[in-house]
Amino acid sequence: MKIHEVDARGIFAGAGLPVPPSILITQSAEARGAAEKLGCPVVVKSQVLVGGRGKAGGVKLASTPEEAAEKAEAILGMDIKGLTVEKVLIAKAVDISEEFYVGMVYDRVTRKPLMMISPAGGIDIEEVAKSTPEKILKVVIDPIAGIMPFQLRKMSAFLTADKAVAKQLAPVFNGLFKAFMDVDSSLAEINPLVVSPDGKVWAIDAKINIDDNSLYRHAALEEMRDDSSEDPGEVEARDSDLSFVKLDGKIGCIVNGAGLAMATMDMIKYFGSEPANFLDIGGSSSPEKVLAAMKIIVRDPKVKAILINIFGGITRCDDVANGLLRAKKDLGVDIPLVVRLTGTNAEEARVILEGTELVPATTMEEGVKKAIEIASAS
Amino acid sequence: MSILVDKNTRLIVQGITGRDGGFHTSQMVAYGTNVVGGVTPGKGGQKTDDGVPVFNTMEEAVRETGANASVIYVPASFAADAVCEASDAGVGLVVCIAEGIPVKDMVRALPYVRERGTIVVGPNCPGVISPGRSKVGIMPGNIHKEGNVGVVSRSGTLTYEVVYHLTQNGFGQSTCLGIGGDPVIGTNLLDAMALFAEDDETEVVVLIGEIGGNDEEKAAEIIKNGYPKKVAAFIAGRTAPPGKRMGHAGAIVTGGTGTAAEKVAAFKAAGVEVAEIPAEIAEIVSNLL
Repeated sequence: MKIHEVDARGIFAGAGLPVPPSILITQSAEARGAAEKLGCPVVVKSQVLVGGRGKAGGVKLASTPEEAAEKAEAILGMDIKGLTVEKVLIAKAVDISEEFYVGMVYDRVTRKPLMMISPAGGIDIEEVAKSTPEKILKVVIDPIAGIMPFQLRKMSAFLTADKAVAKQLAPVFNGLFKAFMDVDSSLAEINPLVVSPDGKVWAIDAKINIDDNSLYRHAALEEMRDDSSEDPGEVEARDSDLSFVKLDGKIGCIVNGAGLAMATMDMIKYFGSEPANFLDIGGSSSPEKVLAAMKIIVRDPKVKAILINIFGGITRCDDVANGLLRAKKDLGVDIPLVVRLTGTNAEEARVILEGTELVPATTMEEGVKKAIEIASAS
Repeated sequence: MSILVDKNTRLIVQGITGRDGGFHTSQMVAYGTNVVGGVTPGKGGQKTDDGVPVFNTMEEAVRETGANASVIYVPASFAADAVCEASDAGVGLVVCIAEGIPVKDMVRALPYVRERGTIVVGPNCPGVISPGRSKVGIMPGNIHKEGNVGVVSRSGTLTYEVVYHLTQNGFGQSTCLGIGGDPVIGTNLLDAMALFAEDDETEVVVLIGEIGGNDEEKAAEIIKNGYPKKVAAFIAGRTAPPGKRMGHAGAIVTGGTGTAAEKVAAFKAAGVEVAEIPAEIAEIVSNLL
């Protein structure tokens, strides 16, 4: 789950990181007061859950309260990559003499937290990673022991030769690690971490993603959820415990298992068409889940055929068959359904579907080809 | 031979009285797996319908049965603890089927179990099967067949699909192993390859990868530098859009890395043939043998 910058700043500040003060507003009229209270100059920052806000014009500097009001007026309601800006953060601006990058993720290879730092922070960090990887230092952190003093020294030295600055960096690294672990983060970034001309270190941007699997123990974080950047179908799918990603093609897919679902999409493309979605109904599938899946897919007017590809292990094919028939009846689905059911209780499923309009297929390949044929004929 | 599980596997089912644990215990017993006991705290002293004794703790279960492996079907919030409990009780292999475990919990559990010499497979995986000998997990047993192809995969049902084609075409398996779809797992693709490398029975290893991470690229590097078995591969997610999580927590293309195209290219550069569709795997294996 992604959370807004304003919430991430709060988490960082709580972990002792030097975050400049800020005020969240939803009306441009509030901007002047906020700017006066903080003291100018301020930065007016759109709060939307997409990258590249600055490049899209959603982050502006203001040197007076009047200017802050103008900028807030312009940014509120602005469209950034399909999202409407409804909230704006007014943050105390900091003069920048140096920009660093500091980020944390889990490293798959060592199975431990990994901190990545670079003296070349700012908006082009991905380019830095690609073209000059030697400018990024990766440090594996022991999850129990935390960051060792020698690691702190090495990391500080990688970013600066200035001892006064280095002294301020150690608490930043420790604070970021603490915040990352405390909120069950899967990604935490400060980009940039800046040094102002007077030699002070500031975290002027904040990004935190939360591990979805941990949300059951973080009620306060769950409240930070903002679904507006997600496709409504994807939100609805999550509520029904399905995994769905909207794509652009003509063939809807209902599959059990993420790997098989991706392989099904790939095969549709391989035989010359395009999938309309990724949809994994998961392991223990009830007829209700199939119904929920169907509901989301049939809403897409581009879908001309739906392919159901099930390899039953935990999933029982008769459950899926019953769900399909119910969906067809309850939702009045008139899009052709191509059904491939193999594995647990496949024979029972075959009997259930016999004599219905559903198009049977015995293999995945046959199912994909039939779905493409039907979709291109309509 | 085979890897990880065989006729000598003496298995404890953690979460045996739950819906999934109970169902799959019956399936494993029917397959011929030597299930020697189960654990559910507070339900010790019972016997399941299959006649398997239930214990309160792993320590007691291992002491009473001489178990050397466990499989975990407990809810996600208790699963990492169950992994540690099994390791502490002294089993050498823990197969964690449970899905939805927070990454942090596994990051903390894995060093603990490693210190005790336990191998963890999973979490969020279908398990391990050595056909005809032992099935530890949730995969349908009947699609497998004894043979000399080792299969290692990041997904569940896609593995069944590939195994189904292998079996249909007469290629049996030494061991099939689903390593799980999470970003942090106990046994990764490279660990599994190392196990197969040591196995006399395995002649060909089928690697089933997917988008996310760079284990496949690392695997290709190992093959290039001289891997003792022949290898065939399949990569899922060629059509996956970047930045979107495809079901598995691990299956996401981030910052232009972890794409299927990069993985396919790495395998091809290492001389490994990559199947375009799952059915092609059988053809490639046939050419290798």
